[in-house]
Amino acid sequence: MFYREAGDFKTSYTEDNQTFPIKFDRYRYYAVLVFAFAVVPFVINDYWVNAVFLPFLIYAIAAIGLNILVGYCGQVSLGTGGFMAVGAYAVYKLMTSFPDVSMFIHVILAGVITAGVGVLFGLPSLRIKGFYLAVATLAAQFFLVWLFNRVPWFYNYSASGQISAPERTVLGVPITGAETAPWAAYLFCLVFVTVCAIIARNLTRGMAGRKWMAIRDMDIAAEIIGVNPLKAKLTAFAVSSFFVGISGALFFSVYLGAVEVGEVFGINKSFLVLFMVIIGGLGSIFGSFAGAAFLVLLPVLLKNTLVGGLGWPTDLAAHLEFIIVGALIIIFLIAEPHGLAQLWRVTKEKLRLWPFPH
Amino acid sequence: MNDMTPEGYTTADGRKIGSVVMEMKNITLRFGGVVAIKDISFDIRQGEIRAIIGPNGAGKSSMLNVISGFYNPQEGEVWYKGERRPPMKPFEVAQQGIARTFQNIALFEGMTVLDNVMTGRIREMKAGLFSQAIWKGKAEREEVENRAVVEKVIDFLEIQHIRKTPVGRLPYGLKKRVELARALAAEPSILLLDEPMAGMNVEEKEDMSRFILDVNDEFGTTIALIEHDMGVVMDLSDRVVVMDYGKKIGDGTPDEVRNNQDVIDAYLGVAHD
Repeated sequence: MFYREAGDFKTSYTEDNQTFPIKFDRYRYYAVLVFAFAVVPFVINDYWVNAVFLPFLIYAIAAIGLNILVGYCGQVSLGTGGFMAVGAYAVYKLMTSFPDVSMFIHVILAGVITAGVGVLFGLPSLRIKGFYLAVATLAAQFFLVWLFNRVPWFYNYSASGQISAPERTVLGVPITGAETAPWAAYLFCLVFVTVCAIIARNLTRGMAGRKWMAIRDMDIAAEIIGVNPLKAKLTAFAVSSFFVGISGALFFSVYLGAVEVGEVFGINKSFLVLFMVIIGGLGSIFGSFAGAAFLVLLPVLLKNTLVGGLGWPTDLAAHLEFIIVGALIIIFLIAEPHGLAQLWRVTKEKLRLWPFPH
Repeated sequence: MNDMTPEGYTTADGRKIGSVVMEMKNITLRFGGVVAIKDISFDIRQGEIRAIIGPNGAGKSSMLNVISGFYNPQEGEVWYKGERRPPMKPFEVAQQGIARTFQNIALFEGMTVLDNVMTGRIREMKAGLFSQAIWKGKAEREEVENRAVVEKVIDFLEIQHIRKTPVGRLPYGLKKRVELARALAAEPSILLLDEPMAGMNVEEKEDMSRFILDVNDEFGTTIALIEHDMGVVMDLSDRVVVMDYGKKIGDGTPDEVRNNQDVIDAYLGVAHD
């Protein structure tokens, strides 16, 4: 009743191939876009941007990237943190070497560099699968963090070993550094999220996505019908790392401003993004957003309720937060092993009929 | 079959069969010490339905795997369209126009029927990653053009009603049909069917037989199939290769094969004295 596809006829394959073939979905998507671009920037303040929107948007990009690799192509990766670090250090080197170039270009180039590194570490996937591949990507994680710690060229020989983002602008508006206005940082990330999501969606509904999913579902059959497994897996690694690199670049330059690699891009980050993908739903772009929202928003929400609302001491609340988030993850996965995206799909199917029984 | 010439022959029901499209010459395939296929030669002609039969473990599936490039034989040559085929990866063989189905269904369970069948068009869809990413130009055009071809196949196999259903939810008989659709979507020059009737009831077998005959009839597709149901094989095929313990023991029209003493011995057993 509230969600209907009846009477929504398509007369061409182009119409049927749309991202949102159902009118209701399409309008809702436009509404969200308009709201995010035209309303949110005017009402948000520093707290909202730094506690909620920036981490959500940036993790969403990372989750989309990892979802392409794990959810669509079936190649498990535990190297996300390492690849985010590649994006961060690439953008740092670019920012400091070419200060006059727009940040847009830097961030995209950082993604391209990460894609190259991703392909390199994706090579083992041609021989090994499943858990064994996960271990191989774990090696990438530790190697990359070690590399950025030990080779001073990457952090421009700074005494602390940290990298920190100097002020850089887009169209004259500072995007990084202390002078950044909340709305500018937000809009900058939002543009990347939107474009990344559209690209990911286009790729996954087209032939590239079909090849990836074919490899995921049955690699032998995929090869027999003509999928080149080498090319399919490596493009998945490249595209995935491209997104992850962009998110790493934004995480460092726009969100944190200063980064110590072992602390920020450690193995924990890899797991966090993997959990987002699993909780959100493997093989779903919406799931990437849902998973990122779940793991970013829930702690903030809990903290505000416990500390702000109930007046508990901060340390007690912090520990309880871990317990509650962990328990919720388990409950969610028991209730719906295929993640929030599947929950959403089931809800939609129910809404098609509601309130009628048949 | 006395009218057999290099240019072809005419079947009992009057269909014209063309020249040799694929020829296996003295194929031997070994797995370690086990000889799966021993010195087998046969050919497949344009437009015919060629069956490979034999008792369990005779090496039929191995033979099909040799044709589709999954195994490379230690000895012997595969000739395809008048040229000797070098050892190839399966996906390269597929790109040459040889499509197949599997004994145990090998569909992509997480994808819809439509997407599964679309993967069959892989040879025709060459748009670059960038074009696909922005969904403009070549990528968009190819999607629509190939969708039209795929829809024809879907119509032909009567699976319109399930096109948007994930394959994992379908019953067995429909899955077999979707798999055939995927192979057909490639518009193959040779279609390999590995036990297309396995696990089906009589009605489903009849449907599938009809589809196989229609495919051969309407598209002129050359078909090589493995099947255990003798009734089906004898009715459908133009020529039959019989294998036993990796060796070829018979080759000819269904009638010739039926009356071949070696074949009767292999199937019914023979007194050892």
